[in-house]
Amino acid sequence: MAIFKKPVLSVFSGRRRDVPEGLWTKCLGCGELVHNLALEENLQVCPKCGYHFTIGAWERIQLLVDEGSFEEMDEGMVSVDPLKFHGVASYEDKLRSYREKTGLRDAVISGVGRIGGYEVALAVMDFRFLAASLGSVVGEKITKVIERATAERRGVVIISASGGARMYESMLSLMQMAKTSGALALHSQARLPYISVLTNPTMAGVMASYATLGDVILAEPGAMVGFAGPRVIRETTHQELPEGFQTAEFLEKHGLIDHIVPRREMRSFLIRLLSYLMPKRMV
Amino acid sequence: MKSTLLDFEKPIAELEEQIEQLLKQSENSRVDFTGEIRRMQEKLEKLRSEIYQNLSAWQRVQIARHPARPFFLDYVRFFCNDFIELHGDRLFGDDPSMPCGLATIGEFRCAIIGQQKGRDTKENILRNFGCPHPEGYRKALRVMKLAEKFSLPVVCFIDTPGAYPGIGAEERHIAEAIAVNIREMMVLKTPIVAVVIGEGGSGGALGIGVADRVLMLENAYYSVISPEGCAAILWKHRRHAPEAAEALKLDARSLLDLGIIDEIVPEPPGGAHKNPQFAAEKLYSSLLNALRTLTPHPIADILQKRYNKFRRIGIFSWEQNSTSPSPSQ
Ligand SMILES: [Zn+2]
Repeated sequence: MAIFKKPVLSVFSGRRRDVPEGLWTKCLGCGELVHNLALEENLQVCPKCGYHFTIGAWERIQLLVDEGSFEEMDEGMVSVDPLKFHGVASYEDKLRSYREKTGLRDAVISGVGRIGGYEVALAVMDFRFLAASLGSVVGEKITKVIERATAERRGVVIISASGGARMYESMLSLMQMAKTSGALALHSQARLPYISVLTNPTMAGVMASYATLGDVILAEPGAMVGFAGPRVIRETTHQELPEGFQTAEFLEKHGLIDHIVPRREMRSFLIRLLSYLMPKRMV
Repeated sequence: MKSTLLDFEKPIAELEEQIEQLLKQSENSRVDFTGEIRRMQEKLEKLRSEIYQNLSAWQRVQIARHPARPFFLDYVRFFCNDFIELHGDRLFGDDPSMPCGLATIGEFRCAIIGQQKGRDTKENILRNFGCPHPEGYRKALRVMKLAEKFSLPVVCFIDTPGAYPGIGAEERHIAEAIAVNIREMMVLKTPIVAVVIGEGGSGGALGIGVADRVLMLENAYYSVISPEGCAAILWKHRRHAPEAAEALKLDARSLLDLGIIDEIVPEPPGGAHKNPQFAAEKLYSSLLNALRTLTPHPIADILQKRYNKFRRIGIFSWEQNSTSPSPSQ
C-alpha cells in the first residue's frame, strides 16, 4: 500500500534536522536503539518492532490530507486561565512553557480539507501540548469544526490522543465532553460519517466523549486506550491487570475498535472507508 | 440523627456537650444556671452560623460524602408517590449502583435514574460505593429511551465518586457507555432535569448529567477530578486535597457563577443529613418547579435550548499575530 512515498516525508525533516546527526533513540517498544533518520524515514515507527512513537499534529495532517487542501480554522484561539488556577505551578506558567516547547497555541489543530478527494473536517490532537488535555480551546475548536462539517456536509475525522480532561479548567473542561458530543449528535443525524482514530495514548474524558463516538473507530497499533489509568485500577481493585490490558489490540478483541491500522496505511485506509460512507467523491 | 462528626464541627459538639452537662447539673442543684445556659446557647448559635455559613470547599466535600447524607432512594421514599424499579441493561446485567425506574413526582409521571451509595459495608458492596459499571449507564440510556417513547420527563439524581475504575468496566467499555449517554441526552426528545445531590464525580456524573436544568444541593460538589486525585497530580500529594478542592471551584456557588449549573437547592444548616426531611422538601419543590417550567414548551425549543446551554460553555481568547509554526500549507 504505497499511497505516499518519499515526498511526504520531507515534512519531518524540518524539525528533526536540528538534532545532531548520529543521534539514536531507544525504542519504547523493543528497547533497541534506532537511528533517528531511520525513524524519520519510517514515519516515527520503529522499523524493528513497529512501535508507534508520538508525532505532532502538523506532521499527521501532512500524512493524511491531499496536498495543499488543508485550511486551518481558529488558529488564533488560545487558552486563558479562567479559574486563576494555582497548584504547585500556575496554569498560566504551564501554558507559556508548553507553547514555547511545542510552538503550538494549544493541543489541537482543526480545519477542513480533502482526503482522497473526499471533503472532510479534520481535527488532530497533539499529545506534546499539556498531554493534549481537553480544555475550553480543544472543546471549542472540535465543536466548531464538527458544526462546519454538518453545515457543509463534510465527513469528520478526529485523530485523538489525550491524557483526559484539563484539570486547570475544572468543570469548564468536563463540559467540553457534552459540547463536542452534542455537535456529533447533530452531525450524525445529518447522516454524515465520523471516523475516530485513537492514537497513543487516548484516555479518560476524551475517550468518554468524542473518541468513542465514531461510526468507525480505528486505532494505531499498540496505542494505550482506556478510561481509568492502570495505576488507579490496580489500586482500586487490588487485581493483576490482564496481559495487554488497555491496548488497541485488547480493545479490538473486546469489541470497541473496528480496525487497527498502521500509520503508513492510515490515509489509504481512510480513503477506502470514506468511499463507503460518503455519497460520492467531490472535486 | 446521631451521626459521624466532621472535624470542623467539633467545636460545636463540645459546646453542645457543655450545655448538656450544665442542664443536668441545674436539675440537681439549687443554683440558678439559667443565665449561664442562655449565654452559652447564644454562643452556640453564633458558632454554628459562623462555621456553617463559611464552609470551605473541602468542608463541603466532606458533607457531600457524609455517610448519613440522604441518598437517591431516600429522596425517592420522601417524595415519590410511586416507584417501579426497572432492572437491567438487556445486554449484560443489572447495576445496583444505578437504580432506574418509573416514578411519580407531584403531578408528573417520570422516568428516574440515580446513583446509589450504601450506608453500611454490606449495602456499599451491593451498591459498589455508588460507582457504576457500564451496565449502569446502558440501563440508564434504555430507560431514557423508554421515557422518550412515552413522553415522560427524565429526572436524574447524581451521587457518585466516579464511574468504576475496574478491569470489567474497561473490558465492557465504560468510556463508550458514558460517551453514548452524553450524546444521546443532548438530543433526547423529552425534558431532562438533573440534580447533583452529593458527589458529582467527573465523567461518571456527566454520564447522567446532560439536562435542560441542572440543579445542585448547597453542599454537593461537582468536579472534573476528585480533590485527592487532583492534589496527587498537581501538588504531588493527596494531603493537599483541601487546596485542590478550593482551586477546582467545585462548590455549588462557584459553579452557578460559572454557568455550569442553573440553581442551588438549599440545605439545612450543617448539611442535608442534619435534617433530611427539610432537604427533601426543598429538593421536591425545586424539582416540581423545574418540571412545571419545562414541560409546557415544545420539544424542539427545549432541544435547541439544551444544545445552546452546553454549546456556550468554555472560556478562551483570541490572538491575531500568527507566530504559530504552521508549515507551508
Ligand atoms: Zn522497537
